[in-house]
Amino acid sequence: MADFDVPELKEYLEVPEPRENVTNHLAPFTAKPDHQTDLGFPAELVDNWKEVAIDKMGDLLGKYRSLRVFLDTCVHCGACTDKCHYYLGTTDANNMPVARQELLRKVYRRYFTFAGKYFPKLVGATDLTEEVLDDWYSYFHQCSQCRRCSVFCPYGIDTAEISMAAREIMDEVGKGQKYCNEIIAKVYKIGNNLGLPQPALADTLEGLEEDIEDETGVKVRLPLDEKGADILLITPSADFFAEPHVDGLMGYAKVFHEAGVSWTLSSEASEAANFGMFIGSYDNMRKLALRIRKAALDLGVKRIIFGECGHAWRVAYSFLNTLAGPFDFLDQKYPIPQHICEFTYDLLNENKLRMNKAENDHMTLTFHDSCNVARGAGMGGFEGGQFVIPRAVIKASCNNYYDMDDDTIHDATFCCGGGGGLLTDDLMEIRVKGAMPRMQALKQVTEEHGVTNLAAICAICKSQFAKTLPYFGFSMDQIVSVHQLVSNAIVLKGSEQEAELDGTADENGEAETA
Amino acid sequence: MSLVSALYVGLFYFATVFLVVGLVLRIKTYAQTPAPLKIPTMPAPRTETGVALRMFREVAFFESLFRSNKWIWLFGILFHFGMLLVLLRHLRYFTEPVWFWVNWVQPFGKYAAFAMLAGLLGLWARRFLVARIRYISTPSDHLMLALLVGIAMSGIGMSFLVHTDIISVKAFFLGMLHFSPQSLPTDPLLLVHLGLVATLMIIFPISKLLHAPGVFFSPTRNQTDSSREQRHIADWAKELEAGER
Ligand code: SF4
Ligand code: SF4
Repeated sequence: MADFDVPELKEYLEVPEPRENVTNHLAPFTAKPDHQTDLGFPAELVDNWKEVAIDKMGDLLGKYRSLRVFLDTCVHCGACTDKCHYYLGTTDANNMPVARQELLRKVYRRYFTFAGKYFPKLVGATDLTEEVLDDWYSYFHQCSQCRRCSVFCPYGIDTAEISMAAREIMDEVGKGQKYCNEIIAKVYKIGNNLGLPQPALADTLEGLEEDIEDETGVKVRLPLDEKGADILLITPSADFFAEPHVDGLMGYAKVFHEAGVSWTLSSEASEAANFGMFIGSYDNMRKLALRIRKAALDLGVKRIIFGECGHAWRVAYSFLNTLAGPFDFLDQKYPIPQHICEFTYDLLNENKLRMNKAENDHMTLTFHDSCNVARGAGMGGFEGGQFVIPRAVIKASCNNYYDMDDDTIHDATFCCGGGGGLLTDDLMEIRVKGAMPRMQALKQVTEEHGVTNLAAICAICKSQFAKTLPYFGFSMDQIVSVHQLVSNAIVLKGSEQEAELDGTADENGEAETA
Repeated sequence: MSLVSALYVGLFYFATVFLVVGLVLRIKTYAQTPAPLKIPTMPAPRTETGVALRMFREVAFFESLFRSNKWIWLFGILFHFGMLLVLLRHLRYFTEPVWFWVNWVQPFGKYAAFAMLAGLLGLWARRFLVARIRYISTPSDHLMLALLVGIAMSGIGMSFLVHTDIISVKAFFLGMLHFSPQSLPTDPLLLVHLGLVATLMIIFPISKLLHAPGVFFSPTRNQTDSSREQRHIADWAKELEAGER
């Protein structure tokens, strides 16, 4: 199936010996000139790229305390060396978080520190050369910015911040990555990552309404661009067509329907994902966030709710208020923004949803904590809510649930292997290898508890797993949306399912819908 | 005063000024560099008190390190807490009269030097024995450990083997504190010990030893999880906003 070695799943996760240059060749396609210029970056590598890069580094050092402090404080203790899924999966030494940081740090030292200027050999400082730039391009695109390393570093050094800075420097000299930059430009031009125009969107939503009606006998609406709705739903565009994402979207729609709230999607902001974060660009991240503000204002909504998407939720939870706030025009009674899981969780707590867990009895589930939610964002307004709430929603929807090993869940969760702008076919090898630690933990619960399915609340995780599960002997449909489970279990008022449960269905099994 | 004494007087004044000015400048840079986005590693405390507690656990118990690697944690704790006790004990060379609690620390401080040394040797051994840590070590990492081991061993030597003239050493440092330099006993162990300490003080503000002040400025650890409740915007980001809305 693959023209590279797929890591073998052992009984326990083993820490490999570091090897040099094993995955140096795994670099993504570079951005084409117009992908670059669309985002305000130079079309191609500029002639004086070294000076530009050093200047940019100086600029970022003055703008980001994280970068400044993280570059100074690492003591090379090595506590992070065995924490990155890409290191565990590839054995490449430069995928140890500290070694990855060091690629940038050695240049920082050379140009910005006393020791590096005068004793470069001693402290491991080097000039910025073409070779270094190529290493940056490879290895800073072999970091999914999952932040697992930051949990385990005694100083909280977050390699994601360093990768973001490195990518921003590379964009600034004209060496951008195709996948991220092309997608951001698509959002600016058409409104979403997939380039789905408004009519296609409307069409899809209509189709979904029909599907739900066929299945339940109830007309559940999926409105688009409806002025005056209470809630604006912002969701990753994968929810409009990909499996299993779309089942999640139908789940949200059913929940909104049962809650009796008015809601709408927006064709202007039909994308929750904010790839500006992946390339470390505050400007682009902000521009993408402002679309959401504008859509909310144009439609006159009172609340904003985000669908299942990991980094979208991080940007929404942690940065939206900063980037595009203040949101004083929204109803302050509700969290701004709110996560769909929070919304469903509240309804469940208020006993407003009728759930028939048996609908999911054909599955035994486990939950994959998505990095950007687990380590990058909160939920529910209490510490650790992001771990509790999705699990509570799953458990309200099914009878069989087991967690994976403690060292691989909650804030110690393993990345799916496809986050941070790596979800592109040209990086398949690194994606598969990076998925190994998660697959190993999954295998363990599969064997111990008969787990059949993995639920996630991130569009990237879902797409990544659908692709990578088969490499490890699982099948692609083992990954499910959390709201897909909700969708299966929820018993809509007046639905065929309700009639069946209450024994009011007629002989043909048809519900007596009012 | 002998030439050696004069040299050491000069060295220590220089090292002290370099250390203090270097650290102040660095801390000033950290404090003045904006943190434009909320990036605490979650789950993060939702209040300032919670953040203070988190930081305290980090600094006092090396909480994250404990989670990541028990060996590094053990050696790290032995070294740092050994050194802390040793440093507190050393206050008796700089104070007159000696504070009562320094006298209490004294007996523990003497033996803490062995804990400090054991921790250092453990950390150093890892740099040779564990391939991953060998890979990430630079010459300066080894040199710094050598420096600290040298300081610990020469100190232990003076405490337990060849005693130096403590009374004169104290007179020397009190003299420096009052800007009326005295001479220093010139036994080799003491000169080595003090020379290494002064070197350490000088490299402190220009090396990875900056992790000591740096830890307090780490945004992933010192920020509250309150981004939905409060807008958190840097001055340079405000400028982007001006005139746009
Ligand atoms: S952020 Fe994640 S992918 Fe990047 S170095 Fe750290 S652990 Fe690895
Ligand atoms: S855990 Fe932190 S301090 Fe230790 S090597 Fe990794 S990044 Fe550096």
